[in-house]
Amino acid sequence: MNGGFSLARVFAMLGKEFIQMRRDRLTLGMLIGIPLMQLFLFGYAINMVPRHLATVVAISDPGPLSDSIVAAMANSSFFEVVKATNSPLEARRMLSEGRASFVIEIPVNFSRDVVRGARPDLLVEADATDPAAGSYAIGAIPTLVSTALRDDLVGPLKARAFAAPPLNVVIHNLYNPENITQYNIVPGLLGVILTMTMVMATSIALTRERERGTYENLLAMPTRPVEIMVGKIVPNIFVGAFQCTLILTVAYFVFHVPMIGSFGLLAAAASVYITALLAVGYTISTAAKNQMQAMQMTFFFFLPSIMLSGFVFPFHGMPDWAQWIGEVLPITHFLRIVRGILLKGNGFFEIWSDIWPMILFLFVAGTLAILRFRRTLD
Amino acid sequence: MTPDSNQQRHAIDVRGLTKRFGKKVAVNAIDIAVPEGQVWGFLGPNGSGKTTTIRMLCGLLNADAGEGTCLGYDFRTQSERIKRETGYMTQRFSFWEDLSIRENLEFVARVYGLGKKRALVDGTLEKLGLERRQHQLAGDLSGGWKQRLALAACTLHSPRLLLLDEPTAGVDPKARRDFWDEIHTLAGQGITVLVSTHYMDEAERCDRIVYISVGNIKARGTVADIIAGSGLITFTVEGEGARALAARLRGLPGVVFVAFFGALLHVSGYDRALLEAALAPYRHDLNLTIRETAPSLEDVFIQLQEDNGGANA
Repeated sequence: MNGGFSLARVFAMLGKEFIQMRRDRLTLGMLIGIPLMQLFLFGYAINMVPRHLATVVAISDPGPLSDSIVAAMANSSFFEVVKATNSPLEARRMLSEGRASFVIEIPVNFSRDVVRGARPDLLVEADATDPAAGSYAIGAIPTLVSTALRDDLVGPLKARAFAAPPLNVVIHNLYNPENITQYNIVPGLLGVILTMTMVMATSIALTRERERGTYENLLAMPTRPVEIMVGKIVPNIFVGAFQCTLILTVAYFVFHVPMIGSFGLLAAAASVYITALLAVGYTISTAAKNQMQAMQMTFFFFLPSIMLSGFVFPFHGMPDWAQWIGEVLPITHFLRIVRGILLKGNGFFEIWSDIWPMILFLFVAGTLAILRFRRTLD
Repeated sequence: MTPDSNQQRHAIDVRGLTKRFGKKVAVNAIDIAVPEGQVWGFLGPNGSGKTTTIRMLCGLLNADAGEGTCLGYDFRTQSERIKRETGYMTQRFSFWEDLSIRENLEFVARVYGLGKKRALVDGTLEKLGLERRQHQLAGDLSGGWKQRLALAACTLHSPRLLLLDEPTAGVDPKARRDFWDEIHTLAGQGITVLVSTHYMDEAERCDRIVYISVGNIKARGTVADIIAGSGLITFTVEGEGARALAARLRGLPGVVFVAFFGALLHVSGYDRALLEAALAPYRHDLNLTIRETAPSLEDVFIQLQEDNGGANA
């Protein structure tokens, strides 16, 4: 009898498991929260055919034809004209800083050449660091432009509109002319791997002390919260630096990712990024009751970091609210910095707009951790 | 100062110490004054508030009410100063099991900013007799050794006050005896010790005892004071059939509690006449020897606990 299968014992186990499941609020929250988070992110934020991509129009030849092109761009769902300028230089800078995905350059004498039938060039510069992001939009440009001009080319010019295309769309895939996906993914992985490992590393920092009972001892000694935090974070900065070196070495020698910019600058930016992540992890560890909870909270941070940073899906293809969340996350800025330095050869002035948000994030996370740190066991 | 100076200085002097956890009052307005250089025992059932009190004294918990000093510092506002001059040994081994014995001691020495670190650690290892095992992980030590290491580590910075929270739980009798010898050596050097324990023999080694139950102090004083103050009268019953007697005596008028001490049955109460009456039917039993005895400390503690409805809650 004892050796056999007992339904009563199964029910005893079931009862116990349900009680424990109900008590473990965070796991329960995760079981409900993760699917919801995924559904909303994939359902609303993620767009495989990104639309409303930030576009700068550099107009060197103002006139009705230019206006029509700009209007057609603005009306199409692919482009969102964020700025119209007469300076090609300024447009290019916005591209290198990642504030725009496209520059449409209307050259001098554009209208005249169209009317003459000289088929002028319409220059489209695309930020090809993320080849997937722009491909659909680029494909749409020639038709879009021809259709736009069709309404303007009336009367005697009607023939121009319908014969051969009235202009020549020239597309420059900047920074990654061959559209090699690895050039985008591999530098992106640097940010993702660091997010995962660095946050995890410090998220268990205090929880482990707490679980082992050594936390009480640490508090009973004259150690101060800042000292404990610095002690927990600094060793992991070295771990992060090692990871960076490893990933970049593989990226260069195995995936042949170009590295145009300054390594010193990249190292400095990476240090800020790593420290910001470690501060997040440490903040988690002031809240988590055990290592399991720390891991769960890490995952909650990790998930939006991959989804909303522009790593997996084009950043500019996401709705505004998702971009706002993305702008808060350090990884979003770090990805721009890494791609900017490696692929675009950006210098300090181009990346500064992404450096300071990470510093701000680091400051907030660090302050939060210190404030959250309990000097007593209350 | 000399031990018999008129103004006796207190290492711990707190009044109205109170701690609540939610609605539950863990420590209820207790007063403790421990003169310097004495060893005080802190007794009481599990969950009575001993650990909470000790943690408040060394600044690990904020008191909800109360005032006073530890080592002359305001215990509510100067806990950083108190920590520097206090050694606190937690109930559970709380040094780093993945550090070696030496590394643990060195860490403590550095955190307290102690000079001549190397000599200090060497000396401590030698005193402990752990020189040859200094590079072993602390986690590999047996319970008794862990406890000795913990004591050495929390006295490394020469504290003036030692707070020991059930330091000898789960430690063998020989190790316990050695441990207590060490405590008295330290007390002889002028260190004040407050030690919580469940062991009666350890309580009897203390200069004074404080008995706490459900957050309230129920008794305090020397062992003799506490026994005398209990008003307890105890009879022992010995012989064949004594065990069967226990169930029959329990609940009789005047019998406060019945407890076994080995083969000896202790029957205690406050009213001699009622106790005599309860035992009278068994007086003529030739197999049983009934005689009056001085109540032991344990009798008194069982009584204190029974008075609270036996509640550990």
